[in-house]
Amino acid sequence: MADYASGDIIISVRDVAIGFGERLIIDGLDLDVHAGEVLGVVGGSGTGKSVLTRCIIGLVPKRRGKITVFDQDLDTLSRAEHKAIERRWGVLFQHGALFSSLTVKQNIQVPLREYLKLSEPLMDEIARLKIAMVGLRPDAADKFPSELSGGMIKRAALARALALDPEIVFLDEPTSGLDPIGAEEFDTLIRTLRDTLGLTVYMVTHDLDSLARICDRIAALADGKVIATGTMEDMLRHPHPWLRKYFGGERARAARVKA
Amino acid sequence: MPSGTGACDLSKIAAVSGKSLVPEAQLASKVDGSRLTVALGGAWTAETAGAMEPRVASLIAEGGSPQSVLLDFTAVQRLDTLGGTLVRGIEMAFGARGIPVQREGLSQAAAAIYAEIADGLAEPAPTPAKPKPVIVQGLDKVGEQMVEAGRDLVALVSFFGEVVAAVGSIFTGVGRFRLAAVVNQLDRVAFRAVPIMALITFLIGGIIAQQGIFFFRDFGADTYVVDLVSILTLREIGVLIVSIMVAGRTGSAFTAEIGSMKMREEIDALRVMGLNPVEVLVLPRLMALVIGLPILTFIGNISAITGGAVVAQFYGQIPIDIFFTRMQEEVSQRHVWVGLIKAPFMALIIGLVACIEGMRVKGSAESLGQQTTASVVKAIFLVIVLDGLFAIFFASLGY
Repeated sequence: MADYASGDIIISVRDVAIGFGERLIIDGLDLDVHAGEVLGVVGGSGTGKSVLTRCIIGLVPKRRGKITVFDQDLDTLSRAEHKAIERRWGVLFQHGALFSSLTVKQNIQVPLREYLKLSEPLMDEIARLKIAMVGLRPDAADKFPSELSGGMIKRAALARALALDPEIVFLDEPTSGLDPIGAEEFDTLIRTLRDTLGLTVYMVTHDLDSLARICDRIAALADGKVIATGTMEDMLRHPHPWLRKYFGGERARAARVKA
Repeated sequence: MPSGTGACDLSKIAAVSGKSLVPEAQLASKVDGSRLTVALGGAWTAETAGAMEPRVASLIAEGGSPQSVLLDFTAVQRLDTLGGTLVRGIEMAFGARGIPVQREGLSQAAAAIYAEIADGLAEPAPTPAKPKPVIVQGLDKVGEQMVEAGRDLVALVSFFGEVVAAVGSIFTGVGRFRLAAVVNQLDRVAFRAVPIMALITFLIGGIIAQQGIFFFRDFGADTYVVDLVSILTLREIGVLIVSIMVAGRTGSAFTAEIGSMKMREEIDALRVMGLNPVEVLVLPRLMALVIGLPILTFIGNISAITGGAVVAQFYGQIPIDIFFTRMQEEVSQRHVWVGLIKAPFMALIIGLVACIEGMRVKGSAESLGQQTTASVVKAIFLVIVLDGLFAIFFASLGY
């Protein structure tokens, strides 16, 4: 496992195009993610935030361009190398994507069983730790996803994403569907975990509160490109009409007041 | 931006050793005086946890009972929660024997992670409930199954009641008859099933004819194969095969459709809009089955007899015209009705079971699979039981 000092470029996306059928959703997009930061990716519906994320993690093919993660070009990797990279990132899907036939504990242990040879007691111990880390009660371990609330599902899914102590976590709208208190707690949790575990967080979000509260940097997507990156202040000063609308609206003002 | 603390905070070492560094962990112990010093080194991470676990276990086993234990983290380059949990195991094991354990040399990042682990695991693990003896478990299971079977029966009856009530509401004008839905279902249930039903029954008819000819030939009673194929098919095999096929083909589809609608709260959505799910979803399907299954049975009968006739022609040298002439002489029309009258009842059973099981689906994908399986198994079982009851009924009527 290579180590990255804070601020090193850990993911680099260069001139990437992704499309479905005739239409290119993303066209000539460049983006860097720095080690140790919380990057918030924003954009209107249908601008390809999720598609870009899914492309980086290898679920959607790209038409052209280059994506490097941990300084390795994902296209040139062998299967084994790709697998080795995959265990260094964790993904939290929008709706959790917990395996519904497994308990929370078993869900967390899926990657452990797949990649590591550990004894049952140690795996139980690790699952117990992860459950505590994401702020779930210990009795959640033996519950099935259908018995959990929305916020608990997100936490359990985060615990699974963190099972192998990844260096990068991808979060797809982590706070969507949570009440404001739950969303705030989740934001705090992400920040705490980033600080203790040294994670790099790539977060697709619509939640202006999250953007203001925990993102070190924001990347805004529009017209198939990243139109701006920078801090919240940079976004507010940016002249692009979509950004003005997004960050200048009532909801954004309310979020700023709170932040 | 906060400095990148945590597992990655060993940039200097990484810069020297490069990325090709194969992670390795070291564990050494030495006793000086009454104190056991455990020197940890290298990377205590997910990669090395598997290799280190047995060594940690043997350290704990062979550690003896020193006065105190010192965990020396000075040479640890990387620590993550997996490696940390392993190390904490040492601490807990000696701690449980009443031996004080100290830590030293933790870097700031490692200390943060270690604190997180100690914090997370502070609560003792809940002790799993003691499993019951096997005999009790077995009895438990039998009891559960019995209660479950009883509930199934009640559910079937009460669901049938709901269906009757829904039919009643259509006649009284409260509900609405959904012709388009019925026709749509009829297309899926019956029309599209014709090729496969015809093929299967054709083959079954042919097989019965072949077996009949093979054994009747010894008695010189070849032509009785006509009676065998026609009566067996018309009274029993046609409707049975078609019902079993429909239970597998359509019953499973009904369960899966209604089940996945249940999973995604679509059924609840119907309810809150004031629509009765039984009327909207179940009734059209049931009607389509009740209309479609007799039609399929009729087609199946024709197809099976054709199959028998073809085999009789080529295998038994019974010309087709002779086959059909004999069939007209020997087989009375009542055999056709005995078979066909059963079809709507079979349809009702299959449809009811499929829809009930669909409504029982809970949140998980596994439950959907379970209910679909249950739907097909129960439907086929009930179809065969019902067929047996009909056989007794017609026999006692002498029909």
